[in-house]
Amino acid sequence: MSEPAVDPEEVRHVADLARVDLDDDEVALFSEQFADILAYFDTLDEVPEVEREPELTNVMRPDETRESLSQEEALQNAEETEDGYFKGPRVS
Amino acid sequence: MSGTYNGYITEETIEGADDGPLVGKTVAVKDNISTEGVPTTCGSAMLDDYVPPYDATVVARLKDAGATIPGKTNMDEFGMGTTTETSAFGATENPAAEGHVPGGSSGGSAAVVAAGDADLALGTDTGGSVRCPAAFCGVVGIKPTYGLVSRYGLVAYANSLEQIGPLAPTVEEAAELLEVIAGPDENDATTRDATEQNTDYDFAAAADGDVDGLSIGVPTELVEGADEEVVDTFWDAIDELEAQGATYHEVDLPSVEHAVEAYYVIAMSEASSNLARFDGVRYGTSGGYEGNWNESFAKAREEGFGPEVKRRILLGTYALSAGYQDKYYKKAQDARAWVKQDFDEALDDADVLASPTMPVPPFERGESLDDPLKMYLADANTTPVNLANLPAISVPAGETSDGLPVGLQLVGPAFGEKTIIRAGSALA
Repeated sequence: MSEPAVDPEEVRHVADLARVDLDDDEVALFSEQFADILAYFDTLDEVPEVEREPELTNVMRPDETRESLSQEEALQNAEETEDGYFKGPRVS
Repeated sequence: MSGTYNGYITEETIEGADDGPLVGKTVAVKDNISTEGVPTTCGSAMLDDYVPPYDATVVARLKDAGATIPGKTNMDEFGMGTTTETSAFGATENPAAEGHVPGGSSGGSAAVVAAGDADLALGTDTGGSVRCPAAFCGVVGIKPTYGLVSRYGLVAYANSLEQIGPLAPTVEEAAELLEVIAGPDENDATTRDATEQNTDYDFAAAADGDVDGLSIGVPTELVEGADEEVVDTFWDAIDELEAQGATYHEVDLPSVEHAVEAYYVIAMSEASSNLARFDGVRYGTSGGYEGNWNESFAKAREEGFGPEVKRRILLGTYALSAGYQDKYYKKAQDARAWVKQDFDEALDDADVLASPTMPVPPFERGESLDDPLKMYLADANTTPVNLANLPAISVPAGETSDGLPVGLQLVGPAFGEKTIIRAGSALA
């Protein structure tokens, strides 16, 4: 671990953006590991600007009704459902 | 037997059709590929009781071809790892090298083939996840050209990089399996028809071992710095190809010095977006928390994801966050375009490019878990191929003096599967 650790508050902020809770041990570990990994990513600065070929194209199809999962199938892996809908956490 | 090295997460037989090219063959399937009615966990506690309501396109094609699927193979959680040690269902051991990892992330697929518990297997390759375990377990693995094989029903990790590919004891058998799974699919708009790319799907017939006149380019950057015994084994394999009529020349690919960091920035960024879907509401583990939704989801995700997955989601979120996108994500896309250019130019003057598949022999178990950067750097030779969207094969090249398997990687031009299959079949 050669690089100075990333500020733990920054790790917590990113974890918050990503909706992943972390315990204090994970924050400490990631602060150290991210310093090394980000220092390595920083070498991308040396990459020259490259003319990119515009090879990506949109592939479109008509928006027609097709066979799909039944409502029952779509719901079968949900922990909670109600009246044929997914049920999220209770807000209170 | 498979219990002793933990190759499968689920052992449940799925029968195929009564006739077809794979009748009588068992084909194990990596556990991030959807199988209707059979659990598909991605090696994660988040999905430990997820049962897909539909088959991936490749699974439907296996069944139509008459294959028997003996089970779902162990893997690094969501494909994130190079050792198959990040699985929530325990690590897989290497049946070909006791005490060592099988490589990853498709370690279970390579292990069941190496142990002879399945005839063939499917893996997925995002940055080397078919080729690395093939090399470490002494079997053959193919990463197809981006768009050759449908990804419909593959649980996404990094869509722009990944392909499903075959693992087998020989090149010919891997080619037979590739023939079954390849081809366009209306459910995956990124698939392309090989027949519109001046080629066809007769892969198995290409495994004729004829390398007379084959021109091999050897990128010096991918050989220098590799383990000494790996390099020696690599050159022995090149000598063998030369003896059969091939020629080689060295080539420079300066861009590959930046491939690993470009790969990880892009893969982690895509992962942070793809894995946002796991909130425990539609599928996955919710933990049953109530109250503020963001907080409930954050708790469910804290419980459901392992450390490597959290690390990649966080780093990807960071690379895409305000103020850092130009510095990391955009530069990584520049590096990707540069790598692609370099490979295309080198392949103008060579039929295939050859290197060791992995710069190191199989790690000892537990060796790289505490040092993620060390694990990432082991992907130096495989990640450039995914960045360039090209096909590559790993074939057994020999062993180190300690009996550890070493793989040779051959990279071909886009939709040049037949070329790398022909070249690889001269060795295995």
